[in-house]
Amino acid sequence: MMAQEAPIIEVRELETRIDTKMGPIKAVDGVSFSVRPGQTLGIVGESGSGKSITALSLLRLVPKPAAKITSGSIILDGEEILTASEARMREIRGGKISMILQDPQTSLNPVFTIGSQVIEAIATHVKASPLELLERAIEALKRVRVADPKRRVEDYPHQMSGGMKQRVVGAIALGSNPKVLIADEPTTALDVTIQAQYLKLLKDIQTETGLAIIFITHDFGVVARMCDQVAVMYAGRVVEQGPVRQIFSDPAHPYTKALLNSVPSVEEDVKRLYSIRGQPPAFWDMPAGCRFEPRCDKAMPKCKTEYPPIYESPDGDHHCASCWELESTEWTQSRY
Amino acid sequence: MTDISPRTSEHTFGQKMFDLSRSLRSLPIVPIFILVFLLILPAVTADLIAPHDPIRGRIPDRLAPPVFFGGSWEYPLGTDRLGRDVLSRIMHGAKVSLSVSIVGIIFGGVLGTVLGLVAGYFRGWADAIIMRLVDITMALPSILLALVLAVSVGPSFQTVIIVVTFVLWALYARQVRGEVLSIRERDFVARARVSGASHLRIIFRHILPNAANTIIVLATLQVGSVILLEAGLSFLGVGIPKPTPAWGLMVADGRQLIVSAWWIAFFPGLAITLTVLALNLLGDWMRDKLDPKMKDL
Repeated sequence: MMAQEAPIIEVRELETRIDTKMGPIKAVDGVSFSVRPGQTLGIVGESGSGKSITALSLLRLVPKPAAKITSGSIILDGEEILTASEARMREIRGGKISMILQDPQTSLNPVFTIGSQVIEAIATHVKASPLELLERAIEALKRVRVADPKRRVEDYPHQMSGGMKQRVVGAIALGSNPKVLIADEPTTALDVTIQAQYLKLLKDIQTETGLAIIFITHDFGVVARMCDQVAVMYAGRVVEQGPVRQIFSDPAHPYTKALLNSVPSVEEDVKRLYSIRGQPPAFWDMPAGCRFEPRCDKAMPKCKTEYPPIYESPDGDHHCASCWELESTEWTQSRY
Repeated sequence: MTDISPRTSEHTFGQKMFDLSRSLRSLPIVPIFILVFLLILPAVTADLIAPHDPIRGRIPDRLAPPVFFGGSWEYPLGTDRLGRDVLSRIMHGAKVSLSVSIVGIIFGGVLGTVLGLVAGYFRGWADAIIMRLVDITMALPSILLALVLAVSVGPSFQTVIIVVTFVLWALYARQVRGEVLSIRERDFVARARVSGASHLRIIFRHILPNAANTIIVLATLQVGSVILLEAGLSFLGVGIPKPTPAWGLMVADGRQLIVSAWWIAFFPGLAITLTVLALNLLGDWMRDKLDPKMKDL
């Protein structure tokens, strides 16, 4: 459908290092993906797999001075942002690419009204008179379906519920019509019904505006609902990437398979839930070969010594995975 | 007796206490303003309303007691050793003491707040340098510094301001830095950064307003100690030069005669107490008003 459209954000071989007491570690190691307008990419992985650092790298806001983007390229709307000036970055942040954080309870400044905070975010990127700004703020609140926005602009954050606050955070992020939205687990702090409403809201706004969303989560249910593409991260690398349907129905990487096996199913009556043995490797003690090899049931001798290249599915649906197991199949080695 | 009745009475008692505390919280504001007004009015209009010359006294009238302790209405609060009217001196002294503390607190407060914000927000070497300066300042006795300054430039109003600023900035810097360290980690700061706010904007729009409560409370609490510091400096002869009326100086002067002529030290002391009390209450009231969460109570 929209497959012909050029990607709005394209990330190539991104590498972010963090200096630790144990020496420098690669928190993001050669991550590549791209998202088209109106599409949603889900980035899934366990805690510490590098999802959040990847997101912060896209905004060039990795925690300084310990972390640093060391190589790669991020092209946002035709512009390389890794070489952009700091002043230009401030225009880009919130202007072209926005982010919604996890916890709505603390994402709003407690001493200012909702209205002034939405206005502030818009005013950073748009020059307009105070009255116009107020109108735009009310418009933005209306768009995220805050009831009675004209009255609500006077409210302080503590007068709102968690779900409402997260909507306001959404209004702030979307206030200046960005092209890409990064949502870092925006619904984990909300209860399920509110979560469902919020996801639907994001989906609706996306259909309206053609927003590209990068959705960071560890919830496969949310992925199934929201995403078109999925990238599975493990220990700083993307191990499998592809259309959401293929990932769910025909996962190629043992890690993805294991993850999907650990999700409880409604249909089957499982006595004991599958869990992946062992723990993710420490970043300062990475295996030389495949990073999942110590926990993998199908590990071969080769996995211990050499990192597998990326193989692409013969179906031509851009379904890729890095696993030696695929060497002997019809999957072909690909660049990304 | 059912098991509910004691709880019900407890509840109503608690409710009463809550109502009481709520009315107490809203009550003091009128007296506070009257008190603050009573302090500022004589300080500003001392030249017009003071009944006597604060510096030149009448020796024959020396050590006259206050009006209800055997004195006359001529000297309502009595006179000191040189026959100077205590009331007039308190009025003129208000001007000196209040301006020393207000100017000193503003200078020290602004300097300390800015440095504290820089240290807490940027961390790194700026933080290290500023905090070591704070340590040095706090380790250095203020009286020693005052003595050095007074010897080199002579005791004056400016000297006192410099000493007060020097003593206060470190307290602010340390307090503000601590606040900033916790505020900068909150998500709304990250959110502001994500939506393209500059460092200056984050510091002044998102961090400073959240630290304002602490700063205001600190400022009002310090008026008392600044007046006492001024008194200490004056007592050593390195503060406000002597004939000028200042509250601390007056307390120091009256100290020797506290048994025979208690009013010389008592009334300026009372003025200090009331000032500190009024400003503390004002600070509390402002803190409540500035916190949006207290508005609905």
